[in-house]
Amino acid sequence: MLRFISKRLLSLFSTLFVATIVIFLMIEVVPGDPAAFMMGLSTNTEAADALRAELGLNAGVLERYFGWVTGMLSGDFGISYTYRVPVSGLIFDRMLVSVPLTVYALILSTVIAIPVGVIAASRRGTAVDTTLMGVAQVGVAVPNFWFAILLVLLFSTSLQWFSAGGFPGWEAGFWLCLKSLTLPAISLALPQAAILSRVMRSSVLEVMNEDYMRTARAKGLSERQALLRHGLRNALIPVLTILGLQFSFLLAGGIIIESIFSIPGLGRLVFQSIAQRDLIVVKSVVTLLVMAVVMITFIVDLAYAVVDPRLREGSN
Amino acid sequence: MKCLLQIMMIWLSGICASFGQNTINLGLQLEPPNLDPTSGAAAAIDEVVYGNIFEGLVRINQKGEVVPGLALFWELSTDGRSYVFHLADGVKFHDGELFDAEDVRYSFNRARAAGSTNAKKYIFEPIVNIDVFDPLTVMITLNHARTDFLFNLGLGDAVIVNESSAANNAFNPIGTGPFKFDKWVRGNSINIVRNDNYWGGAPSLVSATFKIITDPLSAYTAMMAGDIDAFPNYPAPENLFLFNNDANFEVVIGLTAGETILATNNKKAPFDDILVRKAMAHAINRTELINGAMFGNAVPIGTHFAPDHPDYVDMTELYPHNLSKAREYLKDAGYQDGFTVSLKLPPPIYARRTGELIAYQLEKIGIHVEIENMEWAQWIDQVLRNRNFDLTIVSHVEPMDINIYANANYYFGYDNQEFQKIIADIDESSDPRLTSELYKKAQIKIAEDAVNGYLFQLGKYGVWKNNVRGMWDNYPIRSNDLRNVYFEGGN
Repeated sequence: MLRFISKRLLSLFSTLFVATIVIFLMIEVVPGDPAAFMMGLSTNTEAADALRAELGLNAGVLERYFGWVTGMLSGDFGISYTYRVPVSGLIFDRMLVSVPLTVYALILSTVIAIPVGVIAASRRGTAVDTTLMGVAQVGVAVPNFWFAILLVLLFSTSLQWFSAGGFPGWEAGFWLCLKSLTLPAISLALPQAAILSRVMRSSVLEVMNEDYMRTARAKGLSERQALLRHGLRNALIPVLTILGLQFSFLLAGGIIIESIFSIPGLGRLVFQSIAQRDLIVVKSVVTLLVMAVVMITFIVDLAYAVVDPRLREGSN
Repeated sequence: MKCLLQIMMIWLSGICASFGQNTINLGLQLEPPNLDPTSGAAAAIDEVVYGNIFEGLVRINQKGEVVPGLALFWELSTDGRSYVFHLADGVKFHDGELFDAEDVRYSFNRARAAGSTNAKKYIFEPIVNIDVFDPLTVMITLNHARTDFLFNLGLGDAVIVNESSAANNAFNPIGTGPFKFDKWVRGNSINIVRNDNYWGGAPSLVSATFKIITDPLSAYTAMMAGDIDAFPNYPAPENLFLFNNDANFEVVIGLTAGETILATNNKKAPFDDILVRKAMAHAINRTELINGAMFGNAVPIGTHFAPDHPDYVDMTELYPHNLSKAREYLKDAGYQDGFTVSLKLPPPIYARRTGELIAYQLEKIGIHVEIENMEWAQWIDQVLRNRNFDLTIVSHVEPMDINIYANANYYFGYDNQEFQKIIADIDESSDPRLTSELYKKAQIKIAEDAVNGYLFQLGKYGVWKNNVRGMWDNYPIRSNDLRNVYFEGGN
């Protein structure tokens, strides 16, 4: 198990290192200059030059790369070009919104998807199965932003149960924040739940044909007992993979939902920073996201190993 | 279920009742990058801080007039070169520092210093001397008389800052205005609170929150859900009619200082030929543009000047929509078979929508337009800086900016000595009547030369709850000055 972990850790760090180089180089070739952007239609090139110097954009490429990477290692991500505050604080504030939103959405989608998948699989071919999978098919097809707008029109503008957007900030209280994240989480969760339930269903079906399931039934367990005691655990492996992918996707991929609900999440930070050429923020957020994806893959790998002992032994 | 619903309703109405009527939520489409109006050019900065947090010696009101600000009154010498400003007494910055003439000297010296990041440094260039007579009297001497100097001192770029706090104004703005900065949740909202010690009498609002709502549809739902009390510059002209039909809201369509133009690269063939530019002017159908792109909510212009300004000259009939005339001009220029050009469009919705219609209109006279959509940063790089473009559509939102045509190096490349002379005369003029004549001459000149396609003045679409009073109807400058805002029937 230890060797398994250390091997994974090594690949984790080398991936991160390569990622910083790729990210830095890509940002270097992006056309457009943050200082010029901030001067707008003004003709004052002198002020733009002064601003460029003030932002430290005149240093050499290597100097800036190493400055950036060593800064990150010590937790200093630099100062945002446009906001003029530390990038780490900006990202941290956005994480306080994006991570809870993602977790909320994933919990919702898991809570919906796993029972739906199991029920559909165990009633395969019946009307229940067809209906559930039909709904799931629609769930996959419906774009989440359109669904989000429907939710807003119903629950915010018509019923006025929820505000149409915005985030009050955690100091306003847990429940208020949870409430403001509810509609966005539902909009994010539904398509994910649809995908997840389909994966869950096919995974359960596959497991039900395994030899050990037959053995379990042969020793006297009912189909249901066999499924819950032996099948589910094995059927969860592909679901975990999907969940891991969904977490990293939702973390920054919620940008359209964030815009619709005017939530200050990571996705919007990246989008706005790209538009305003606040490249130091873009670099840092992208690196953090790469880090998150790599870490999640790492954790999912570990989770596999926990669920399936063969995986740990195989690596020894 | 019904019972649950009732409980929810009661609970919600409780929330609404506890919501006082002396605090306002405003919608803002673009978040300001920072809160220092003396650095950079972002209009969104002024939309939050101008007149609220920061003040200049003079102030520009919603009619575009210059009114006293921190200077209660002033005297202008007979040669028009020296202004003596008499400052308000007992004014304090929000951090308790006393305001006096030294702050004026500091602020202007900072703005004109080498290495200053002030986007309108030119305002301060004519200054030769700033003399502090006593803490409440300051004399500013210019190298020559300038009629626009006083107006320029009313812009956000010329607000008075304090030496001890100026460096931090980007994130912790300290001014002398009727509101103090409270907090900024980036990406979400900016909160300002009443300055109870305001020298000009505290405003009636206790606090104001600017909520950042980028998505046009979300702007609509936020208004309908009651999250927002007022959207000073509502971003979606296409659904304004929904508010018009709703008695709970008031819709005020005003004007901005934004001349929306089909900017044309005058240095590049075939646009260096005035006949081609005239042909394009005749091909443009402004009514169609305004109805199609702005849903009828914009005022046509025929030159680069705000139509609500007293000196405005209506030039829209100089080159009326006339396709046969347009084709004739093209033929005279030797382009009877037409040609292909690119149209580079920045992100705002007015540019994208207008661009599609312009392409359609120019196609009719044989000019094939290839649209290229781009981000602002790309646009600034390609169009504004490197002049690598044929046509573009952009709104010039700076007030009184016809002088950009005197800069031969500006992106549309209009290099005309006669025009440059007019602007030089305006700069030198100290006689308001002469200035007014010269401004008219300038407008006629660029209209006749068809430098750019003059399309329409960008509207300001104010939407607010019907009990909100005192919001600005127009944007002569980008400001949401909240000093006179209150709720009818509120406390």
